[in-house]
Amino acid sequence: MVKDHIILPVSKPTEGSMGKTGLWRTFRPVINYDKCVKCLLCWFYCPDIAIKIRDDGYPEIDYCYCKGCGICWHECKVKAISFVREGEEVG
Amino acid sequence: MVSIRDMPKEELLLPGHAACPGCGAMIALRYALKALGKRTIMCVPACCTSVIQGLYPHTSIAVPVLNIAFAAAASTASGISAGLKARNVEDVTVLAWAGDGGTYDIGIQALSGAAERGDDIIYACYDNNAYGNTGIQRSGATPYGAWTTTTPTGKKEHRKPLELIMLEHNIPYVATACSAFPDDLYMKFKKARKIKGPRFILILSPCPIAWRFPSWSTVEIGKLAVKSGAWVLWEYHNGKLEFTGWSKLIAEGKLKKIPVIEYLKHQGRFKPILKDEKAINEIERRINDYWKFMKALKEALK
Repeated sequence: MVKDHIILPVSKPTEGSMGKTGLWRTFRPVINYDKCVKCLLCWFYCPDIAIKIRDDGYPEIDYCYCKGCGICWHECKVKAISFVREGEEVG
Repeated sequence: MVSIRDMPKEELLLPGHAACPGCGAMIALRYALKALGKRTIMCVPACCTSVIQGLYPHTSIAVPVLNIAFAAAASTASGISAGLKARNVEDVTVLAWAGDGGTYDIGIQALSGAAERGDDIIYACYDNNAYGNTGIQRSGATPYGAWTTTTPTGKKEHRKPLELIMLEHNIPYVATACSAFPDDLYMKFKKARKIKGPRFILILSPCPIAWRFPSWSTVEIGKLAVKSGAWVLWEYHNGKLEFTGWSKLIAEGKLKKIPVIEYLKHQGRFKPILKDEKAINEIERRINDYWKFMKALKEALK
C-alpha cells in the first residue's frame, strides 16, 4: 500500500522551547523605575528577548526567561538596573 | 540609521531558547529576523543556532527553518530559492544562517558555488572566531594569537579574509556587521532584502564562552573590536564600497582608533600573547594593513 502522506518531524514555534530558562540565573537584574528614562537600551541589547515594553513605555524584565547575563545592567547609561545575587535583596 | 523607538516590536526569535547567557549571535539573529520579517525561510547547518532552537517538538525561531548538513547551507538555500522561483513565489527571502566553521572552513565550496551561480539568497555568517559549539576548536576565523583548545599557546596564523573572498566573487551585496551594533546590522539586512542575487553578510558575534570574558561584556567587547579597528564595518553595493558606523568615523578621522591591546586585554583567550610585544605588534600590523587595503579599495571603486 502506498502512503498518501509523509510524516516529518516538524517543530512548532513556542516560547520556552528549552523550558523556563530563568532557572539558569545566578544573578538577577532589577530595574529601579525612579531612575529609568525609558531609553530602552536594555530591551535593545537583550539576547534573550526577556525584556518586554510595558504600555506606559517602561521596560519590564520577564524573569521566566532572563538568563541573568547582565548585558542590560552593563549597558544601562543611567545606572537604573542593579545586578544582585539570586535570593538576595536589592541594596 | 534607525532609532531604537522605530525598531519593529514584533519578535521572530522567541524567549526561552538554549543560547548561553550573553550570546552575541542571538542579538544578531534577533535583528536579522526583525529586518527580514515573517516571509523568510532559514537554512541552518550544524552550528550553535541548530542547538539554540530548542528540542523537538518545539523551536524558538518563528519562521520556517531547515536543519541540514554542515557543508550544505548555501546549496540548500540555492535549492529552496530555485523551488520558490519555479512556483512563482517572489516575496520570500531565503536566509542561510551559518557559523564561522560552517562558512570559513566547511561550507566555503557551497557558498562559492552559490555566489558563482548567482542564486537569490542571503548568506549570513555569524563569526565567533572558533567552533564554539563543539568545545572551542580553532577555525579559519580564529585571529592571530587567540587561545582555543587546539591552539593552547595561541594561534600562529591570521584569519582568512572571507569578506574579501566574497567581494572577489563579484556579487551584488557584501557587508560586515557586528552584534554590538544591532541598528547597523538591521539596516544592512533591510537593504540586502531588497536586492536580488547572492548577498553575503559577515557578523562578528562576541562569544563569552570561547573568548573568555564575563557574559555582560558582549556588547562592550564588540564595540571595542570596532573601535580598535580589529573589526571593520563596511558594505559593498552597486560597485561602491562604504564604511559604516564607527568605522566610517575612524576612516574620516573623526574617531581615534584605540590601541588593539585595549580590545585584547579584556579577553582571556589572548592571555598567551598579552605580554608578548612582538605578537601584539604583529596584530597591530595586520590591522593597519587591512585598513590600508580597504581604504585603497574604496578609492579604486569610486
